[in-house]
Amino acid sequence: MGGSGVKTARCAVAIVGSGAGGGTVAAALAPLVANGKRVLVLERGPRFLEQDFTGRELDMAPALYADEGGFLTADGTMTLAFGRGYGGSTIVYTGTSLIASKRVIDGWGVPGLDHADIERRSRKFMEQNGVHLLPPELINENNSLFAAGASAAGYRAEQFPLNLRGCRGSSLCNLGCPNAAKQGTNRVQLPRAEREGVEVVTRALVTRIAEQRLFVTVSARPEGAKGADPEWEPGEYQIEADTIVLAGGVMGTVPLLLASRLRGLSETIGSGFTCHPAHILVAEHPRPITNDVGHPKSFFVDRAAAEGYVLETCMYFPFVTAKNLTGFGADHSAFMRAFPRLQMILVLACDKAVPGNRVAVDRNGQPVVHYRFTEPVIQSMVRATRAAARIFFAAGAVRVHAPSASPPLLTAGESGALDRRIDARHFRSGTISISAAHLMGGARMGRNPSDSVTDAEGRVHGRPWLRVADASLFPDSLEINPYLTIMAQADRVADGVIADLAR
Amino acid sequence: MASHFTPLPWPAFRAFAQCFIPETAGATEPQWRELQEVVRHALAARPARVRRQIAGFVRLIDLAARVRHRRGFASLDPRTATTLLEGFAESRLLLFRRGVWGLRTLVMMGWYTNPAVIEALGYRAAAAGWAARA
Repeated sequence: MGGSGVKTARCAVAIVGSGAGGGTVAAALAPLVANGKRVLVLERGPRFLEQDFTGRELDMAPALYADEGGFLTADGTMTLAFGRGYGGSTIVYTGTSLIASKRVIDGWGVPGLDHADIERRSRKFMEQNGVHLLPPELINENNSLFAAGASAAGYRAEQFPLNLRGCRGSSLCNLGCPNAAKQGTNRVQLPRAEREGVEVVTRALVTRIAEQRLFVTVSARPEGAKGADPEWEPGEYQIEADTIVLAGGVMGTVPLLLASRLRGLSETIGSGFTCHPAHILVAEHPRPITNDVGHPKSFFVDRAAAEGYVLETCMYFPFVTAKNLTGFGADHSAFMRAFPRLQMILVLACDKAVPGNRVAVDRNGQPVVHYRFTEPVIQSMVRATRAAARIFFAAGAVRVHAPSASPPLLTAGESGALDRRIDARHFRSGTISISAAHLMGGARMGRNPSDSVTDAEGRVHGRPWLRVADASLFPDSLEINPYLTIMAQADRVADGVIADLAR
Repeated sequence: MASHFTPLPWPAFRAFAQCFIPETAGATEPQWRELQEVVRHALAARPARVRRQIAGFVRLIDLAARVRHRRGFASLDPRTATTLLEGFAESRLLLFRRGVWGLRTLVMMGWYTNPAVIEALGYRAAAAGWAARA
């Protein structure tokens, strides 16, 4: 116990965050515990209990997501969704498991980062997480209509490999699987690490980093809140660590680095923020389809290289759906009442990192994301919306809701005029609901402090004891769902930590 | 947090709700109280700055109604009220567009998370998944 009531702890490695990055590092370092090395994982969110996963939107969104999933960029034109809890955002993803393309990894131009290595490690985690293709009998019509429509409209739909074991088809992935089927780090890597002696402390907010030291506040479980009590007594802690690994995701790692004001770090911290701005397109069929049962995300169309977008099947909950339909009033209500007949497609733009889009902190150390939609992103979203509308109509939809059309409702009779009806001039910030869940950059890897925060193994330039192991390392858009690449990169970081400790 | 909370003028808010979602005009008192409770909770979880912006925007629209129609927003007929809101939603000023977006988000959160409303929509997702449809 310290003099001011601050408790102290010491460890070989402290990992901040328990998502795809932190969970991976924890599992990789777990064998060190048998050799007397203490490994701690500090997770800001709670450890959820099985009974916490009710599948109810009103319960789960506030519990699982920062700001209830409504964290706004500085100008209020995009929401950012990121999970908080034991397992981080792997609690709330859909488990889509894609290996990064050689084109993208090579395009990043990071010396020492080799696509073959990323691919090899990704395959290891695909094996670990039980990644497979769903059999046809478990694919619902919301998905099969997408595949059929894409084929008829001339697009190549591919099936998502998914990390599921025992999926019952609740369709509630984004609210935390109520059947423990999705193989996030909360189901695979963290339990394994804990069995080997890694200590995970939840409700532990790291407020500052100093030289090989973390300042941590452990909070009690608020009355009535979901999740278990913290593993440590609530209070203030200082943790000394030989190595610190930051894996709190872009919205955890970057603000922490900025707020800590460590001297001599790269001035590029915070810059290079990128994401996949996304919105949901909704179409109405003349008959009910199976849409709210079965895995929500089985197919995608990858047009990233050619046109800067990806289309993915999706199925959201009533409130999220209502929010994403533009406008209001009778037309909006009528669309909502057609829920059993609705098909949905998620449109994601591939957003290149540009100057100005960055993560900062306010005077209280809280994250602020400065973000503007670039013209290429707007054009990508418009092209993607046209493609999605073609797929909907080819699949038999009678009406399509396209946010970048005015008015937004398109009928099948207008399917020949999509290029005219869906147009960039109707893409108006503040009237279209755009959100992003794939947050990247802000502590990018590269050559030296003039162009990056870390090297290719996530070691912070000038601070050999400090590493980053999450998507903030990515120097540019990944152009696919990122968890598998985060795990592969975190595995590389863990190898570096092990090598350091062996010296 | 509660001491910094800027309360919403609920009569005006109810009028907004009826413009955004016409069905809310038929909401029962318990349903309306539930909607209010969801909105209160959501606002309480937001930064004080956001709460002030929302409350201020509600008052701004009410003021616009008084200037333009010599009546508060809650006293406007639905068509006039909707036209006024559409004007803000299509404004050249991002701040106004965002304001309407924020208000409609709150109303939709309050309405489309209500179990009876969800059931009426025909939304049936459940943990049992496929087994529940057999």
